[in-house]
Formats: sequence, C-alpha cells, structure tokens
Amino acid sequence: MSDTNTAAADNSGPAITISAMHKWYGDFHVLKDINLTVERGERIVVCGPSGSGKSTMIRCINRLEEHQKGSINVSGIELTNDLKNIDTIRREVGMVFQHFNLFPHLTVLQNCTLAPIWVRKMPKAEAEEIAMKYLERVKIPEQAQKFPGQLSGGQQQRVAIARSLCMNPEIMLFDEPTSALDPEMIKEVLDVMVDLAKEGMTMLVVTHEMGFAKQVADRVIFMDGGEIIEQNEPNEFFDNPQSDRTKLFLSQILGHS
Amino acid sequence: MTIETVDTQPKPNLLNDPKFRAIAAQIVVVVLFVSFVAYIISNTAVNLEKLGIKAGFEFLGLQAGFMPTSPNFNLTDFDVNKDTHMDVFWLGLVNTLLIAVLGIIAATIVGFVFGVLRLSKNPLVNFVAAAYIEGVRNIPLLLQILVWYFGVLLALPIVKQSINMGDLVFLNNRYLVAPAPIFEDGFGFVTIAFIIGIVATFFLARWAHKRQDTTGQQFPIFYSALGLIIGFPILVLLAMGVPLNWNIPELKGFNFVGGVQITSQLTALFLALTFYTGSFIAENVRAGILAVSHGQTEAAYALGLRPNRTMSLIVIPQAMRVVVPPVTSQYLNLTKNSSLAIAIGYPDIVNVFMGISLNQTGKAIEIIGMTMGVYLTISLLISMFMNWYNKRVALVER
Ligand SMILES: Nc1ncnc2c1ncn2[C@@H]1O[C@H](COP(=O)(O)OP(=O)(O)O)[C@@H](O)[C@H]1O
Ligand SMILES: [Mg+2]
Repeated sequence: MSDTNTAAADNSGPAITISAMHKWYGDFHVLKDINLTVERGERIVVCGPSGSGKSTMIRCINRLEEHQKGSINVSGIELTNDLKNIDTIRREVGMVFQHFNLFPHLTVLQNCTLAPIWVRKMPKAEAEEIAMKYLERVKIPEQAQKFPGQLSGGQQQRVAIARSLCMNPEIMLFDEPTSALDPEMIKEVLDVMVDLAKEGMTMLVVTHEMGFAKQVADRVIFMDGGEIIEQNEPNEFFDNPQSDRTKLFLSQILGHS
Repeated sequence: MTIETVDTQPKPNLLNDPKFRAIAAQIVVVVLFVSFVAYIISNTAVNLEKLGIKAGFEFLGLQAGFMPTSPNFNLTDFDVNKDTHMDVFWLGLVNTLLIAVLGIIAATIVGFVFGVLRLSKNPLVNFVAAAYIEGVRNIPLLLQILVWYFGVLLALPIVKQSINMGDLVFLNNRYLVAPAPIFEDGFGFVTIAFIIGIVATFFLARWAHKRQDTTGQQFPIFYSALGLIIGFPILVLLAMGVPLNWNIPELKGFNFVGGVQITSQLTALFLALTFYTGSFIAENVRAGILAVSHGQTEAAYALGLRPNRTMSLIVIPQAMRVVVPPVTSQYLNLTKNSSLAIAIGYPDIVNVFMGISLNQTGKAIEIIGMTMGVYLTISLLISMFMNWYNKRVALVER
C-alpha cells in the first residue's frame, strides 16, 4: 500500500509538542516563543483578544500556516517542508473553521465522503456508511442529501464537524466554531463538542464560550500579543487569574455576556 | 400553498393587482412591437415598389461570375465558371464557421492559461500575464487585426525567399505552407483504431469509476486515455507499415506546389481574434477562481487533499459556474467580431456575400437578412450549448 513510505505516526508520546516557535508575517512578529505540550486525550481551550494570534497558532499545527523558528511535533512527526509529513499530519488532524467552509457544490454526504474516498482511498459504500454514522452522531442524518446552502448555520457547523471526524483524526482543532452562529444555534454545536470530549478526543479549541471551557477543558490558555501569557486549569484560571492582561480580558468578556 | 392563501384574502383593486399589472404590461409591449414591425415592413415594401425593385430570392440561383477567394484557400471548391451566389453564401458561411471555431478553441486555451498565470505568486509571471491582458484588452480589435496583417505577416519575406523550416514548412508574406498528409490503403484501420480508443476510454472511465466506488482504488485514467486514444492508433499505424505519405511543398517558379497553404489573412484574423478574446476570457477565469473563497482551499487541505485534487475537485467546479456565463458572451463576441475580416480581405460571409454579392445583385434586404440570420443562428446555438453546460455546473442554493 502507499502508506509504507509515509512517516508513521507515533501514538505513545504527547499529541502535540510546540517548542520555542516563532512566526512572522513580513516584519510583523505574530507568534513569539510559543511553548505548548498537548497530551493525548487532553482538552485545551485557547482564548485571548482578537488579533492575539490564536488562529495563527492552531493553523500552524496542520501547516495551513508555516512557522519560521522553533519546532512543532504532531504525533511524533516533525512539521517541516517535507510534503509526506504534511500529508500524514493533515490526515491525523481534523479542523473546524469559524465559517464552516463546507463545499457548496457537494451534498452533505459528499462533503463527508470526499476525503475518505480521495485521501484514504476508501470504497464509496464504506465511506458513506462511516459518513452516515457521524452524521447520526451530530444528529442530522436526515439532511444527508441536501446541499450546505439549504441548512442553518448550526446544522452546517455540525456537518463540518462530521466531515472532519470521517477522516478518523487523532486530534481536532476548532477555530471559534460558534462565533459565526446565531445564539440559539450555539448550544447544538457545543453539545456535539462536549460529546466528542467525553469520548476522549484530543481537542484544541479557540473559543470564548467560558461555559464550555469550564465544563470540558483540562487547561485554559490565554494569549495576547502573540504570546502565551498564562495557562491554568479552568476553575483556577477564571477565579484566580494571575496577570493583569488576563484579568482585563476576563472582565471584558464576562462583563459583556 | 400561496394559491390557497390568495383565495381566502380579499381581492385587491384590479389596477393594484400585481398579476393583472404583469399581464397588462405584456399585452401593451406585444401590441407596440407588432405594430412597429408591421410599419417597417409595409414602409419598406412601399418604398421598394416605388423604386421598382422586386423582392425575392431568385438571384441566389444566378451565376456569381466572380472569384470570392484565392485559389489556394478554397474550402468549398468554388468554381468561378459555374457557381452561383448561393455557392458564394456557402463559401462565406464555411469560412465564418472556420474562423469562429478555431478562434473559440484557441481563445479558450489562451484565456485559461493566462487567467491562471495572472494569479501566479511569481512576480515575473504575474507581470507578463498582466501586461498581455491589459495591453491587448484595451486596444481596438480592428487595429490589432491590421497590425497582425500589415505589421507582422506582410512584413515577412516574399514567396521566393520564404523562411524555410527544415525543408518542410515554409513561411512567407502570403501564406504558411506545410506538408499535407496523403492517406493510402490501410489508413482506414488507423482511423478505426482511433475510434476504438475513444470508445474504450469511455468504458474504461466508467469501469474505473465503479471500481473506485467499490474498492477505493484509484486508476490513472488520464494516462490510460492518452495511451488508448494516441498510443493505440500509432501502434496500428506502425503495424500497417505506415500507410501514410506526405505531400511536401516545393517551390516551383513563383509559387509553392503541394502541401496545405494557410493564407496570411486567415492567420492574421485568427491571431488577432484569439489574443483579443483570450485576454477577456483570462479576466473571466481569474475572476472565477478568485470567487472561490480561500476557505474552500484551506478546508480541503485540512482534510488532507493535495493541491492538484483540491483544484480539480473543489476550486474548478465552483469557479466554472462563475466563468461560464461571461465566457459565453466572449464566444458570441468572437463570432460576431470575425466579420471584421473584411478589413484584410479574409473571405468570410460579410466580405464575400454581403459585400461582393450584394454589390453585384443589389438585393440588399434579402442578403442582409440572410447574413443576419446566419449570425443569429450561430449565436443562438452557442448560447443553447453553453446554457446546457451551465445547468450542469450550476450550484444548488437554498
Ligand atoms: N495572512 C496574514 N498576513 C498578515 N498578517 C496577518 C495575516 N493573518 C493574520 N494576520 C495578523 O496576525 C495577527 C493575529 O491574527 P489571528 O491569528 O487571526 O488572531 P486571532 O485569531 O487571535 O484573532 C493579527 O494582527 C492579524 O492582523
Ligand atoms: Mg481568529
């Protein structure tokens, strides 16, 4: 099979290890000395003001963005320019975007089977079976034959989660999955994510949903100005923030909601 | 649903009823249009009668008595000694179709290539593409036709000093001449092999699709198709002992004999139409690709799809629905613009039929009507085909 010469994922060590990682956009130093280890099965919530580099950081993990200094290691595979490594890591890591990014020209079912068929080289019937299983998990199997444009925002985001899960990833990245949704739809998406956390998925979630953080996170990370300012387990983080910037940020988001 | 609710609602005043208004407006438009056409026709008929001109198509059967094209570019084998104005019409029609088909194919290729290059991250490539598109798009087509013809092709050497490419192809200020194939006994098998190759590719593609559905294995369909459609006929050709000869052009006196000749008029018109229309298509293609948001590519990458698959499965299908409608109008433009052929003497329908035949017969109404009918028919056929294609790539929205 074609998998013989790809870098093999190592399932024993940490899920993600980022050390002394820096990134620049031109002259702009967007990520500064990021150090972060994510253990297998760990759930991490990342928060921080807009523009602090949260998206950039998690997009470096599946190489949608390239870092310039330091190292990122995912499931034992070092992220370099080696295309084989990038392919392997992208198969291991699922991602859910703020704006869903479903493929509008494909049905919900086709959205879910596309990658298993073309990347995992799976027979169509098997891919569809798996897709239906995950569509049931996110509670919209009856929408399988519809197109994304015919669904509500909450439904679309649940399809996007199912689409990622169909690749059977080890790690799931979420970039503000609920911030483009109307308030009444946020819960249905968070419920799916809570279920996923209960099943032991390794999750890295950028979100400002503090209820979600308290309920599922093992650790909350606060970023500002491209740096990790502070990290702690959720209760301690919310009740007893250490830095002034964290306090200010928490007072702003809690004051508003 | 709506009908039931309307029935239960009180009826609005007739003048405020949108349905009544829509129907009334249509009736008014139809009445105005019909009266206008009737007026034009009766007015023309009265005027023609006053001038003593009889309308009718008998002239089509009369011998034309002039040679509408040069002897080395005579696709319909026009015979000046017996052929009629109807034959002039056919000759012009064939030449118009020829330049339209060649131009559409070439402009599509040029447009797609430069549209993609225009998006290149390489600054040099990007600059070259931008310079071509902006330069060519903003200069009148007629000027470009004249530049290609008078500036480039007529500036080539005279026939006796033709540019010689390997003793096979010769280029001069009147034409390009290349070897012409002569098919001998047995070449029919090669043609049959070619047809078999196409049919086999069709079935192979279906088989490969089915197999991927059932086993997940992918099949290199592109290279197999190449082998079947090109490789197989070549094998048959060799097996048959190459039943094919070439009629190689040779300079005899003041002219070349043998080979196929492509006149400078055709070349100039073809190049001008191709690059002019290609620059517009390039812009359409660029807009279409840009219309597919970057998030689509990122989502595909995040799922592990490679860039080439992302392009063919995600970006192109979505870009096509934006690209097809404006490209359709570019095809129509190219076809209609081909009538500028008259400026350099390419024998298209406007030049030979609406030009010379009209001059000789004076049958303005009939000839202009027929010529307009030709363009209208071609344009409608192109539109119908592109609409059908567009339906296939259209997106289901809410
Ligand atoms: N492609 C880019 N080019 C230049 N600057 C960028 C780019 N993407 C993001 N940035 C900048 O990097 C900073 C961090 O962005 P981002 O990671 O999106 O922040 P967050 O997700 O925390 O709101 C912002 O100041 C943003 O303007
Ligand atoms: Mg962000």
